[in-house]
Amino acid sequence: MSDLLYDSDEEALRDTVRALLAAHAPWQRTLARLDDGEPYDAALWTRLVDQLGVTGLAVPVEYGGAGAGFREVAVVLEELGRAVAPVPFLGVVVATRALLACGERELLGQLATGERDVALAVCLATAPDAAPRPVTVAPGPVLTGTVTGVADALAGDVLLVPAGDGLYAVNAADRGVRLTPVVSLDATRPLADVAFTGAPARLVAAGPMAARAVSAALTAGAALLASEQVGLAQWCLDATVAHVRDRRQFGRPIGSFQAVKHRLADLWVEITEARAVARHAADRLAAGHPEASLAAALAQAYCAPVAVRAAEVCVQLHGGLGFTWEHPAHLYLKRAKSAAVAFGTTDRHRAALARLVDLPAPAEVPDRAD
Amino acid sequence: MSEHTADQLRGLVAAFLRTHDPRGDRVGFLRARFDAGLAWVHHPPGHGGLGAPPQLQAVTDAAFAEAGAPDNRPRRNSIGLGMAAPTLLRHATEAQCRRWLRPLWTGEEVWCQLFSEPDAGSDLASLRTRAVRDGADWVVDGQKVWTSMAHEARWAILLARTDPAAAKHRGITYFVCDMTAPGVQVRPLRQLTGEAEFNEVFLTGVRVPDDQRVGAVGEGWQIARTTLMNERVAIGGRPLPREGGMVGVLARLWRERPELRTAGLHEEVLRSWVRAEAARLAALRLRQLVAAGQPGPEGSAVKLSFAELSQRISGLEVELLGAEGLRYDDWTMRRPTEPDLLGRTATFRYLRARGNSIEGGTSEILRTVIAERVLGLPAEPRVDK
Repeated sequence: MSDLLYDSDEEALRDTVRALLAAHAPWQRTLARLDDGEPYDAALWTRLVDQLGVTGLAVPVEYGGAGAGFREVAVVLEELGRAVAPVPFLGVVVATRALLACGERELLGQLATGERDVALAVCLATAPDAAPRPVTVAPGPVLTGTVTGVADALAGDVLLVPAGDGLYAVNAADRGVRLTPVVSLDATRPLADVAFTGAPARLVAAGPMAARAVSAALTAGAALLASEQVGLAQWCLDATVAHVRDRRQFGRPIGSFQAVKHRLADLWVEITEARAVARHAADRLAAGHPEASLAAALAQAYCAPVAVRAAEVCVQLHGGLGFTWEHPAHLYLKRAKSAAVAFGTTDRHRAALARLVDLPAPAEVPDRAD
Repeated sequence: MSEHTADQLRGLVAAFLRTHDPRGDRVGFLRARFDAGLAWVHHPPGHGGLGAPPQLQAVTDAAFAEAGAPDNRPRRNSIGLGMAAPTLLRHATEAQCRRWLRPLWTGEEVWCQLFSEPDAGSDLASLRTRAVRDGADWVVDGQKVWTSMAHEARWAILLARTDPAAAKHRGITYFVCDMTAPGVQVRPLRQLTGEAEFNEVFLTGVRVPDDQRVGAVGEGWQIARTTLMNERVAIGGRPLPREGGMVGVLARLWRERPELRTAGLHEEVLRSWVRAEAARLAALRLRQLVAAGQPGPEGSAVKLSFAELSQRISGLEVELLGAEGLRYDDWTMRRPTEPDLLGRTATFRYLRARGNSIEGGTSEILRTVIAERVLGLPAEPRVDK
């Protein structure tokens, strides 16, 4: 049975991250960044890495990490979701899982200490069971091809690139690599199109191990994104509850109207369930459980729409204020909607569940010409 | 008192089984189990327990079940076990607990609940059944409704108005009513399923001795709230394995009958499966919170989801069955003693599930409770206070 609670170390980690984000990443600052063309908050990222060691959490001690695990990573992601913080943590975590699957010591060590940031060069919308290979390998090896919509590549020093039947490491600063920023729906998690033109590469894993590493990384992304979604949804609920208690119309707080109350009660129920589902996915991932993929698919199938609904309700119940640029609700809405596409849509994850729990689709019925 | 552990409890059960034959007299065995403190292990000694942590109940029950010991048929007495017993333990006198708890737990005496009235449903505090003091007794007159198991019950927990002049929440007193007393008349109330799980109960000049009053006069509403809280937990709080509930019936049907499958229903089945699994994990998390000594308000989430899911899944099952979904097993008026959702047809489940969002607090009231007590939203303006 998986442990769905937070232990005291996890609670302490949450408090630390929340305090740091409250001090250094208020939403006003995140909102201001949208206009000045600097997608990441580099100073905030440095604090998270240097002071809290977040990049080392899931890296074993023998590789230079903290040897905590993905349950702790999930707690950090909840807080980052709550703050819609513009840092490349999710990308680094996904890359970490790929490197762990390959046993790639050197990069893991550098990633754990924050010496280098690593990103997996796969479109953010890729589901764990998809295997797009837009990049080809030529002797050298050198890589050629374009990957669109890669999250957290702009912050990466090293790109992990699935190409041919291998997984390669490429220096992002190489002349053969061109990163073109994308105008992203969620500007707090900026995407880039990555073009390789004969970029020199180093083979990290080949054959089935490479495929397993990519799939494991995307599964971890799907599982852990659920915690970010829970944190985001909880912020939306908290902010909306605070607003409807204060805001008065018709001589009474709008939160005393049943139409408002019942929407928020339903949202609370959904978030209560989403938290259990997200903890389950993090716990299964951390334990290397055989059903980690199932738990990840369930997590995205359930938590992604909850986060979207929370952000939509937040906009709606803030009324005109919620529709303005100056209110943070839109940051959460854009993050939530973008996250619902990330690592595959809910529909994709339901299809994966259908395979994993033996609820098969109807057989194709051939057309009959009468 | 020493802290009990799971191993200790298993040891106590093993020792008990060495001196009591689980295949012997059923009631005798259960009485002895109660007296040994192995009934409700968290109750104090003398009241069926050992003062052990509540999470050890599952360990104890499992140890008895493994030995093939008889259980107390909990589904036959769910009001007694889930609602009356926790309220009695908290609010009744020592003498009252000694009189009622043991036969309640063994199932020798079934309990029912005389709360709702024709004009007091969701607004329970507006109830009008009167209790008037007369010497050592109270004389009760009124009508109750939606009383499950009244036709089997020996005792009822009863709310009656003892002070019509007081504000509506303050004039109510909590009693235990003898269902065999003169003036108690039970009539079956047939439901849309065809059967009569519930009853109407007419109380005409029923004499309830004052020593069957629970708590002080006028404090019935506060005490009833304990009961209602327990009701909400009792309905949705059991731990289930994956596909353990109604969704399991739907999933098995999907697997075993490929000819019924369509693309649209596939999507619906998967959505229901996901929601059911999320609700199951939330219920599991609630149990873990309770076991860790951090009980939260999540019980009301569990109850709301259970009602929605059972309705959605049973409706889907009828559609999936197609032509077979046009059939019903039996419209004969029956008096079930152990409600059983899974043992009958999908159409029965569909009909019976309509009640899940009404009984034990409607989903509408539950949402208001969540909004006000959990989220702290302001109450609606009221005209009755």
